[in-house]
Amino acid sequence: MMSGHSTYQPQNAFMIWLERRLPIAGLVHSSFIAYPVPRNLNYWWTFGGILAFLLGAQIVTGIILVMHYTPHADMAFNSVEHIMRDVNYGWLLRYLHSNGASMFFVAVYIHMARGMYYGSYKEPREVLWILGVILYLLMMATGFLGYTLPWGQMSFWGATVITNFFSAIPIVGESVVTWLWGGYAIGNPTLQRFFSLHYLLPFVIAGVVVLHVWALHVVGQNNPAGVEPQSEKDTVAFTPYATVKDGFFMACFCIVFAWFVFYIPNYLGHADNYIPANPAVTPTHIVPEWYYLPFYAILRAIPNKLLGVIALFGSIGILAFLPWLDTSRVRSANYRPLFRQFFWIFIAVTVGLGWLGSKPAEGGYVIAARILTFWYFIHFIIILPVLGWVEKTKPLPNSISEAILKEGLPAGASGPAPTVTRG
Amino acid sequence: MTATSAEPTRRDFLYIATGTVAAVGGAAVAVPLIAQMNPDASTIAAGAPVEVDLTPIAEGQVIKVFWRGKPIFISHRTKKEIDEARSVQLSSLPDPEADKDRVKAGHDQWLILIGICTHLGCIPLAHQGNYDGWFCPCHGSQYDTSGRIRQGPAPKNLFLPPYKFISDSRIRIGEEDTAKA
Repeated sequence: MMSGHSTYQPQNAFMIWLERRLPIAGLVHSSFIAYPVPRNLNYWWTFGGILAFLLGAQIVTGIILVMHYTPHADMAFNSVEHIMRDVNYGWLLRYLHSNGASMFFVAVYIHMARGMYYGSYKEPREVLWILGVILYLLMMATGFLGYTLPWGQMSFWGATVITNFFSAIPIVGESVVTWLWGGYAIGNPTLQRFFSLHYLLPFVIAGVVVLHVWALHVVGQNNPAGVEPQSEKDTVAFTPYATVKDGFFMACFCIVFAWFVFYIPNYLGHADNYIPANPAVTPTHIVPEWYYLPFYAILRAIPNKLLGVIALFGSIGILAFLPWLDTSRVRSANYRPLFRQFFWIFIAVTVGLGWLGSKPAEGGYVIAARILTFWYFIHFIIILPVLGWVEKTKPLPNSISEAILKEGLPAGASGPAPTVTRG
Repeated sequence: MTATSAEPTRRDFLYIATGTVAAVGGAAVAVPLIAQMNPDASTIAAGAPVEVDLTPIAEGQVIKVFWRGKPIFISHRTKKEIDEARSVQLSSLPDPEADKDRVKAGHDQWLILIGICTHLGCIPLAHQGNYDGWFCPCHGSQYDTSGRIRQGPAPKNLFLPPYKFISDSRIRIGEEDTAKA
């Protein structure tokens, strides 16, 4: 964004006049038109653009929903039903927003997995990666706060369970929870502050996204070969190449999104949330939204309440240290045969934890969750550091264009995904 | 201040004084910003003690009342339930506590509990589970006829609310007996 290769030439008198006073057109030109991107980027690299689109879509639908929603414990549930039944296209806007949240997490998980597979967090992209972890944390907070707003049974009891995490803090835990609630139990004060913060956080996310994109444009994009571009032969211009590729895949992604919205809009939700919040009755089976399930499984796998909460936050916090836990100098898993296997094991472990998080915490499920939780941390603390020392990596290509030409692609093609990554 | 000028100047004094005022001012501004999130006056007023008449509660019955938005279980225990609670070996309990310490002296049949599972805050169901007490449907914690944890992930016994008997058939929840035994 701020890298200094502005080749922008204003075309008319007004733009010349403006450029001398506010060089915004030059900034856009150097960031999104002339910006050189590695020519071998595959479709896994399109999820950053998809995420930016989804953030915009969530903000637009969210602002409209607020025009019809009432953030009060006595009225919130009915106002959501009012949106669903009375407001023109209210059902569509709400389903876009609720499924949009799920799509947001689908996209961010793919985006993160791509970064892990291709070593996109490694030097010099550590700050870029950490900003991403911060964005992910903000997304999780925003998603949780938003899920409480319909004030159904899952909203109420999900908020109860999650805020009770803080009661695990020694000595001050109970005071912290009362402070979060603004009362002696979850109630109207809680709903109102959650609403306020749910409205705020997307704009905080937008701000951190600017930093994330800025950091990206300083260090440049990683690529499937994991070697830095060395000459103009290794890159293509952002527009049209990346713009069109991103746009095409965004459209494909939107088909999936629309399928959820129009055909199975409640598939990822819980029927219990169509029952108004009742402080006297707990639903028999509390589960969080699907995107928190792996961490919920980690929480429940640990028999001690405080340690369970520490493990839950630790499992996310450890991501911020990934650039230093992975000691290998080779970025891309395409050249790291052992790492590639451990990567897929890690993905399977995380998906397995997600499945276990949706199951009752009893019997074999708990034992399995403990084994997978153990592996989750082992992956970061032992496997990644050790692999960097013992793994024999494949020889790296001398340049991106050499890597592409080896695969027999015509020069000038912007390179599909290496077949091995299409899992 | 550079390493060579040992003598503090008036400018140094101004720097430190300005910084101090800014720090104190920042802290003073933070107090109301943080304190506003604590329970407000109306919430505290609504959390005043509540009185409950025990006469309509039949022996063996458990009723639920609300105090401070929390469910309070009032259990009128049978002789059998009391005996069960008292015959258990204390050392076998995950959170050892004698039954007589969980009720008021002379009112052994009345067990008053905060009806919130000590695991993650769900509401246990009465007269269920292996111990004749409560069973939490969320993660399977089981409590006995004294509200003590016997099995499952919950770390603690069900908590006791502050309360006192104002007569033999009336309690006030939210106020501790000052003449505590």
